[in-house]
Amino acid sequence: MATLARPYELPLNPAARDNPGWWVMVLIIATEAMLFVYLLFSYYYLASMARTPWPPGGPPELGLIIPNTILLLASSGTMWWGESGIRRGAQTRLRLGLLITLVLGIVFLVIQGIEYGRTTLTPHSNAYGSLFFTITGLHGAHVLIGLLLNVVVQVRAWLGHFSAERHLAVTNAAMYWHFVDLVWVAVFFSLYVTPYLR
Amino acid sequence: MATTTAPGPVPLGERLRRTWETAPGLYGVLATVDHKVIGKRYLVTAMIFLLLGGLEAAVMRVQLARADMHVLSPEMYNELFTMHGVTMIFWYAAPILSGFSNYIWPLMLGARDMACPRANALSYWTFLMSGVFLYTSVLVGQMPNGGWFAYAPLSEPAFSPGYHMDFYVIALTFLSVSTTVGAINFIATLFKTRAPGMSVNRLPIFVWGTLTTSFAILFATPALTGACMLLFLDRRFGMHFFDAALGGSPMLWQHLFWSFGHPWVYIVVLPAMGIISDLIPTFARRPLVGYTFVAFATVSTGILGFGVWVHHMFATGLPQTSVSFFSAASMVITIPSAVAVLSWVATMMHGRPVWKTPMLFAAGFVVLFVIGGVSGVATAAVSFDWQLTDTYFVVAHLHYVLIGINVFAVLAGFYYWLPKMTGRLLNETLGKWNFWLMFLGFGVGFFPMHTLGLLGMPRRIYTYHAGLGWGWQNMMITIGAYVFAAGVLLFIANFFWSLVRGEPAGPNPWDAPTLEWATPSPPPPYNFAVIPTVGSRHPLWEDRLGEGTGRSVLDRGPVLDRGRDTFGTSPLDAEPEEILRMPEDTLWPFFLSLAVLVLCYGLLASFGWLSLVGVVALFVCTVGWLWPKPLPVEP
Repeated sequence: MATLARPYELPLNPAARDNPGWWVMVLIIATEAMLFVYLLFSYYYLASMARTPWPPGGPPELGLIIPNTILLLASSGTMWWGESGIRRGAQTRLRLGLLITLVLGIVFLVIQGIEYGRTTLTPHSNAYGSLFFTITGLHGAHVLIGLLLNVVVQVRAWLGHFSAERHLAVTNAAMYWHFVDLVWVAVFFSLYVTPYLR
Repeated sequence: MATTTAPGPVPLGERLRRTWETAPGLYGVLATVDHKVIGKRYLVTAMIFLLLGGLEAAVMRVQLARADMHVLSPEMYNELFTMHGVTMIFWYAAPILSGFSNYIWPLMLGARDMACPRANALSYWTFLMSGVFLYTSVLVGQMPNGGWFAYAPLSEPAFSPGYHMDFYVIALTFLSVSTTVGAINFIATLFKTRAPGMSVNRLPIFVWGTLTTSFAILFATPALTGACMLLFLDRRFGMHFFDAALGGSPMLWQHLFWSFGHPWVYIVVLPAMGIISDLIPTFARRPLVGYTFVAFATVSTGILGFGVWVHHMFATGLPQTSVSFFSAASMVITIPSAVAVLSWVATMMHGRPVWKTPMLFAAGFVVLFVIGGVSGVATAAVSFDWQLTDTYFVVAHLHYVLIGINVFAVLAGFYYWLPKMTGRLLNETLGKWNFWLMFLGFGVGFFPMHTLGLLGMPRRIYTYHAGLGWGWQNMMITIGAYVFAAGVLLFIANFFWSLVRGEPAGPNPWDAPTLEWATPSPPPPYNFAVIPTVGSRHPLWEDRLGEGTGRSVLDRGPVLDRGRDTFGTSPLDAEPEEILRMPEDTLWPFFLSLAVLVLCYGLLASFGWLSLVGVVALFVCTVGWLWPKPLPVEP
């Protein structure tokens, strides 16, 4: 441990992975993921206990939701593209990546809203309706949080706060965004795909 | 090992003090991020909740002391036993251990603060304010009344009108913010801020306990948060999660609640077991027998705790296969528990025990741990459980676990570490009285609950008929409970006595082996003037033990005096990798908790505008908090 002799030769607050801020985001994602695990458990539990056909009004329509899913997955790609840009110091690529991701995220929420408007199901219809709107609504809230993170990071990107060495906020916002997308894959599979698998 | 203690015009200690000290006045009170201040606040606040919960129990015991009493109305009794359970389990049992961990961790690990000091402040403020929110229900006369596990459908809107259970769901969700933030901070601290050389095989068992608990919190608490959210949606937004008529199921509540609830049992006992595992070696004058086994037992108990929740639901008519599996899984937990007990007993047997007050509490703890464990095995057996569920036997078991394994360890911890925190020793004579009052009061007060349960007395009844013959045992319980309470009050008296008359403790009054005892009592704001380098599991006993290959260096080494600096170390071996400049004091955590409090009142009262104010304030505080400060400049 030769470094102990001259401790200040060590880097000061490096914005690296495995810095405390990075761990905090990883652990937040872990505990948030568990929240969705328990909610999807509730969905499967009530589905398995149902005495009437499940879902009560037949499987949900896929017309809008498949393109919307593709769109959200694509936004993970644009986020990755922007983040890998700043790792090489490419400011414009970061700004563009964040901006396209933001737009795709907003479009996702708008289409989700249109989907809500088209269905006759309500949260008050039955337990299935309660589950459907709570799980997709909570996911939507997470998309919104991801977008707020994006806005804040975006402002900082346009202010030129980030460099190839220091961009932990971008990494964290990107991790969160990928997490939100992965949760959507689980939600999509559970709520939209499994009703057709029988 | 080279030194870098360059004497400047100002002595090193004074310079470090200026860097690390919290500003005086109201600003400092609200803005401090010192883990020692936060830890002490946690301890005091949790003790106040213990007294509140104790007061509630004291009133209930008057009501139950004799048959056919009418001190309390049935409704009032329901509110009191719910508040007693909720207060003790959520606002006392876990936070008090967080208090110890907050205070002790950086000192034990040889660091200058937790990895996320401002998150630490946030976890305290949200703990306090969620408790304030819960106790608002007393002021408006709408205390939660559905029992601490709030079973649906009793807690559903049709059967529970008013705000009672809304207070429950919102307050618990609020508290889970505090618990989660705290857990994240402990894990980040363990991974990042330890003294060089404090590798995982040298961690004190208390650290293992809190670490396991923190992971359990991350994975279990969302079940409670989710359940509370669903119940709130049922109650306020007309949804049907727990409504059997429309495809929901009350059993869903039980599954979600106990998926959380059973890991929570280990969350409130594993750090307490850790306190005992670190304290017994000090007073037995030898290292813990089977350190590695106890560390593994701690972690495996935490993991197994996730696979046993159905043993709370044996009487709900689940299939035989399912209950058999969970019965077997519950019995498996006896193995790591037995490992810990054997280790404590072996350490005492092979040592030369010194019977100071902390050791008395530790020995009492071991006795109660065994009794509570045996009654736990009894209730894990399905056939036995069917006879005893919802009787006083269960009340006896859970009090042996929560008082025996939590309160006795906490008292042991207080007698052990208060001299470190205040710099004053407690009175030994008062301490011995304290222990015997609590130990005998507990036995007299809680053991008869086993027999009452076997005689068939159900839990949660507000009174009983004289003809049932339960009167004398209930009177005994009430007397025992009051003797126990007198013991707790004697501890508080002893604490204040020590502040005024206590002998100065010195850095290491117990001649203990771990790093926290290498600092002055009370420790300065910067903890360690030079960052220690750890070479073994018992840095202060190396001269006598001669164990391990390395030697710890405590009196010279890196000073890190250019700012609020500590080492960032690698997760397993604790090699220094970087310097972490810790944040300054800040008001954001306080304001953020206030914003959540406003949001909670908005949700409770169904004031949309107030909730919106809370959400916007929350966003503003979060951005304000995270907005970058100018980067640290190298001199």
